[in-house]
Amino acid sequence: MARVIEGLYYSESHEYVRVEGNYGFIGITDYAQNALGNVVYVDMPDVDDDIEAGEEFGAVESVKAASDLYAPVSGTVVEVNEALEDAPELINQDAFENWIIKVELSDKGELDNLMDAAAYAQFCEK
Amino acid sequence: MSPFGGFDMPIQYSGIVDEHQAVRRACGVFDVSHMGEVLITGPDAERYVNHIFTNNVVGMPTGKILYGMMCYEGGGVVDDLLVYKMDDQRFFLVINAANIDKDWAWIQEQAKGYQVQLEHQSEQYGELAIQGPQAEQVMEEVLGITCAELTFYTFKQIGDMIVSRTGYTGEDGFEIYASPLCINEYWDQLMASGRCKPCGLGCRDTLRFEVGLPLYGDELSEHITPLMAGLGIFVKLDKDEFIGKEALTKQKAEGVARKIIGIELADKAIPRHGYAVLNMEGEAIGEVTTGYHTISTDKSVCMALIDAAYAKLDTDVQIQIRKKVFPGKVVKKQFYNKNYKK
Repeated sequence: MARVIEGLYYSESHEYVRVEGNYGFIGITDYAQNALGNVVYVDMPDVDDDIEAGEEFGAVESVKAASDLYAPVSGTVVEVNEALEDAPELINQDAFENWIIKVELSDKGELDNLMDAAAYAQFCEK
Repeated sequence: MSPFGGFDMPIQYSGIVDEHQAVRRACGVFDVSHMGEVLITGPDAERYVNHIFTNNVVGMPTGKILYGMMCYEGGGVVDDLLVYKMDDQRFFLVINAANIDKDWAWIQEQAKGYQVQLEHQSEQYGELAIQGPQAEQVMEEVLGITCAELTFYTFKQIGDMIVSRTGYTGEDGFEIYASPLCINEYWDQLMASGRCKPCGLGCRDTLRFEVGLPLYGDELSEHITPLMAGLGIFVKLDKDEFIGKEALTKQKAEGVARKIIGIELADKAIPRHGYAVLNMEGEAIGEVTTGYHTISTDKSVCMALIDAAYAKLDTDVQIQIRKKVFPGKVVKKQFYNKNYKK
C-alpha cells in the first residue's frame, strides 16, 4: 500500500499540497516517486511565476521518461526547492519531505477539490 | 511489463540504474528471446546475403559474425542485423523484433532468382544476453559453457545451440541462442546462482546509448541511411553490388545533408526523442533521436539528427525541452568508452 501522510491534500495526478497558513508546499507523492523510479532531474518554474490548478507547471524526469507536474491549486510561486537542482534523488529518499515548490495560494477553496489521505490511499489501490 | 514485438517485456527488475551498473561493473542477463532469427542456406547463400547486406560476407571465415544493415534501393534502412557464417552455404541472421514481419517479407522478396532456402526460425530460438566484465566467468562457472576461445564477434555451435561473443551494451559479453526450453533453464540457473542481475529493456537502452550504438527506429530508419547515422564503416561500397549501393555511393560522394551527432547539455535537463534541436538563432535544425541523463557519466546528453552544417564538434546548439531552451555543444556520440574484450 502507498505511504500517505495525514493532513495533506492529494491530486489524482499524484501531487500533494501541504498547507501552512496562506502557503502551500507542492510535491509528488511517495506513490509517484516509486512509480517513476530514480529521479534524475526536476524541471521547476521560476519564483513569481503564476500557476493554475490543473495546468502543467514543470516536470519530474526519471531515467526512462519525463512526467509532467500538474498544479493541484492555483497561486504564485514564492520559492522553489533549490536542493533538488543538485540532488533530485532526494525525492526518492522522501517525497513528502522534499517538496518542489512553495506557492502563495490564491484560492484556498480549491483545496476542497483534492483528496484527503484516506481517499488518496484508496485511489492508489485502484 | 510492456508489450514489445509480440512479447511481454520487462522494462526493469531491480531498477534501471541498478541493472545498468551491474552490467558495467559485474554481470547482467537479458532475456532477449524477442529477437528474430532467419537461416539462409543453399549454393547461392553467400551471394544472396551479400546482395541484401551492406557489409561484405565474401571471404568471411566460418564462425565469424558481421554487423551491418539491409537497405532499400534508396539507401534507407530496412533493419540492422548480425550475420553469422555457419559454413560457406549457411548464414544465420539476427534481426530486430519490431521488424520481424517486415524483414521476413523483404528477405523473401529479394530472393527471387537465387538458389537459396529461407527459414524463419524466430519461434525455434530463445535468446539470452549475458553481459559485463564477469560474463565469461559466469558463462563458465554457472552454465558450464567455456568461452575463452571466442574472440569478439565470433561464435560456436554446441549441438543446436549458438554461443557468440556479442552484445548491445558496450561491455564484454555473450549471447546464447537455444530452444525456449533450454533458455528457460539457463535463466533459472543464472538467477539461482546470484552471480548476475536480471536486466530489462530499460537498461538495455541506456547501456547501448551511452556507447553510441544505434537503435533501429531512433538512429536508423527508412529515412536515416547508415551514412547519415555515421555507420559507413559497415557499408562496403567497394562490393560488386548490393541493394542500396547506388544511392549510398551517391550520398557518400555528395555528402549527407543530415547527420546523427552527439550533443551534451550544460544543464541537467534531459533531451528526449523528438525534441527540437535549434541553432543559436533559434531556428530548428533537427531533432533528438535518443537522450538520457547518463548513468555512468552523470551528464545530460543525446544523439540527434541535425543539418550537417552544424555537425562539427564543439558547435553551439540548443535544445527545446518543454517551455525552455537549453544550450549545448556537439560532441562525439560515444559518451562512454566501450569495454570489449577483443
